[in-house]
Amino acid sequence: MDVKSDQFIPLANIALNNESLQQSMSLLGKGLAYKRKLAIAALPEFETLRNEARDIKDHTIRHLDLYLEKFEQAVIDKGGHVHWASNDEQARQFVLEICQQNNAKRVTKSKSMVTEEIELVPFLEENGLEAVETDLGEYIIQLRGERPSHIVAPAVHLSKDQVAETFYAHHQKLGFNEKLKDRVDMVAEARQVLRSKFVKADVGISGANFLVAETGTIVLVTNEGNAELTTAIPDTHIVVTGIEKVIPTMEDASTFIRLLARSAVGAEISAYTSFLTGPRREDDKDGPKNFHIVLVDNGRSGMVGSELQEMLRCIRCSACLNHCPVYLSVGGHAYSSVYSGPMGAVLSPQFSNITDASHLPSASTFCGKCEAVCPVKIPLPKLMRHWRNQAFDKKLSEPTLRWGLWWWSYLNQHPKLQQRLVNIGLFIMSHLHKKDFISKLPGIAGNWTHSRDFRKPAASTFQSQWKKQQQRTRGGHHDS
Amino acid sequence: MSETMETKPVALFLTCLLDNLRPNIGFDVVQLIQACGFKVEVPEAQTCCGQVNYNGGDKLSAQQIAKQVIDVFLPYDQIVAPSGSCASMIKNHYPTLLEDDAVYADKAYALSLKTFELSEFLSKHADFRKTDDNLTLDVAPIMAKVTYHDACAGLREMDIKDQPRALLKSQSIAIEEMQEPETCCGFGGIFCVKYPEISDHMVTKKVMDAKQTNAKALVTGDLGCLINMEGKINRLGLDLPVFHFAEILANPQLITNSAMAINTVVDDEDSATIMRNEAL
Repeated sequence: MDVKSDQFIPLANIALNNESLQQSMSLLGKGLAYKRKLAIAALPEFETLRNEARDIKDHTIRHLDLYLEKFEQAVIDKGGHVHWASNDEQARQFVLEICQQNNAKRVTKSKSMVTEEIELVPFLEENGLEAVETDLGEYIIQLRGERPSHIVAPAVHLSKDQVAETFYAHHQKLGFNEKLKDRVDMVAEARQVLRSKFVKADVGISGANFLVAETGTIVLVTNEGNAELTTAIPDTHIVVTGIEKVIPTMEDASTFIRLLARSAVGAEISAYTSFLTGPRREDDKDGPKNFHIVLVDNGRSGMVGSELQEMLRCIRCSACLNHCPVYLSVGGHAYSSVYSGPMGAVLSPQFSNITDASHLPSASTFCGKCEAVCPVKIPLPKLMRHWRNQAFDKKLSEPTLRWGLWWWSYLNQHPKLQQRLVNIGLFIMSHLHKKDFISKLPGIAGNWTHSRDFRKPAASTFQSQWKKQQQRTRGGHHDS
Repeated sequence: MSETMETKPVALFLTCLLDNLRPNIGFDVVQLIQACGFKVEVPEAQTCCGQVNYNGGDKLSAQQIAKQVIDVFLPYDQIVAPSGSCASMIKNHYPTLLEDDAVYADKAYALSLKTFELSEFLSKHADFRKTDDNLTLDVAPIMAKVTYHDACAGLREMDIKDQPRALLKSQSIAIEEMQEPETCCGFGGIFCVKYPEISDHMVTKKVMDAKQTNAKALVTGDLGCLINMEGKINRLGLDLPVFHFAEILANPQLITNSAMAINTVVDDEDSATIMRNEAL
């Protein structure tokens, strides 16, 4: 996966000044966070479910190979095919080959972050296939040539007016000549456009929210119905999914289903929760004749047995994004990765490398809200700190900061020297500045005073004042 | 006379920000702990808890600093820090940081058991009237309204939420909650100078939220948050003083405009605490 976070700061600054984006982020933060809160308040066993889900995932990860093999066998028994892709290139190749083997010209796609991760659609288009995103948000950004900015709501960064512009620009050649104003009308127009795509597709590609080892079933959690049309109509269905999606049983699936929609959008359950097992059977009215699953590794197996193992619990709910004050300030595009927000800060360096992605785990205050809302209790700040350790060892941070950290560490291990130097500094400061507040500090501290003031400290440290006070007390009075 | 718990001195972990930037708060903290009946000692060889290096990815330095802190503070029975993040660093992170150290792993664990954040400590040892939301105190009517910012580490790593509020309420200070008291103020240690624009965005949101409560003051429990919010408020020219809760508890007249000390009733001679306030 290609992540270049060196543009994070300039992109973030653009985002901070983008009024339309700020409005969208405000709605996202207030809306989904609030809905989630309500949904959880109405579910007394939420905390118990979180613990169960965490335990199921931890258990599964510890036996990932066994569960994946069990899953593979179950899929094969039901008449499906399983392909093991080590990396994104292999995964793309598998999908292309399956399409070519089935003489496919047209592909429909339901939303799958893994397909974004492996950049599947451009690859298919390069190889002569028409690949249409059918998830409304993905459809919109496909028209605009953008990457998703949120793992659940890929077009959340756009306003209603921007969508209207996009539809007007691209739908005219299809016979739609009116620039729409109403959201309902826009959805209706998209629906009309996509209808023929669904029906004409040779291959449908989907992701999977969960892979049930017990039965070889894939679980799809969606709200639009596009996944059902994508997977049931064409002759061939290809599932592209990460190996960490496997869970042991259907019973386990129910635990996660109860957590997922609530954590994501505050709904008790999504509009469509589908369980798909293998190709169509003889008496099935619909369903694909050919059922393929491409299991994608791309750095995931490397997390097993590592300090990042807990990240494999992630069920891609987006609660961490929706509550992260940094994500809500700058939106997903600033991260230059399809995985943004806290979960992206942990995964992006793993799927690419820390040198390229170093800003992502760095741009956090470690407020801990992400960990607090994660349905499977992933210790996200701890995992981001792991990446910061790596970045530090690789000397990826700016020299000023590294130098500053070194000095800070040195002085703190020489308390007497530190006290002396600080007291000298405070003394100088108290004489340089006459007012209560300082509005300009030198060097990197200038980043502080660029937007806020700094109260002038006292002329000496507490320890120095305390010492004097103690001496006075001992000098003239009894011990208190 | 045998030494009771109350006569064993409490070690004050100042925190680097307090020591270097806000010594006056240190004296307030000493006063509050003494009001609980404890002697206070301020070990000399203290500097920083090491969270800056720890969160900066400099694990080695963090370990070295942690060992130093442990050496200085382990001899004491109780350690109190007027900061959720520093208390948490010692209590929650030192054991993990030093888990592979043959000598210090156990020491870090031992220190973690006796390290407390200030409001946590005061809540245990202060004897104050329990209040309810209607503030039907028979002690005194509401003297002032403040709004409270929940510092992140204190809230999420030390469970500090009700304690400072209850302590303030016991002094007839009501809390007018802002819309998002638990949202990060944007300080984040190095974060505020490494990502200054994002930090500015966050602190602006925070102080505007605090201002719209029309509270007399903004109160919090961590100095990083304090200097961050105070600096922004001053730059924006908003009329909203910012205090550490220790300042208010030790000097309620800072916001109540009352020259009178506020006394609570002593239940009995041996009872641990009284929030006493000397008129300054």
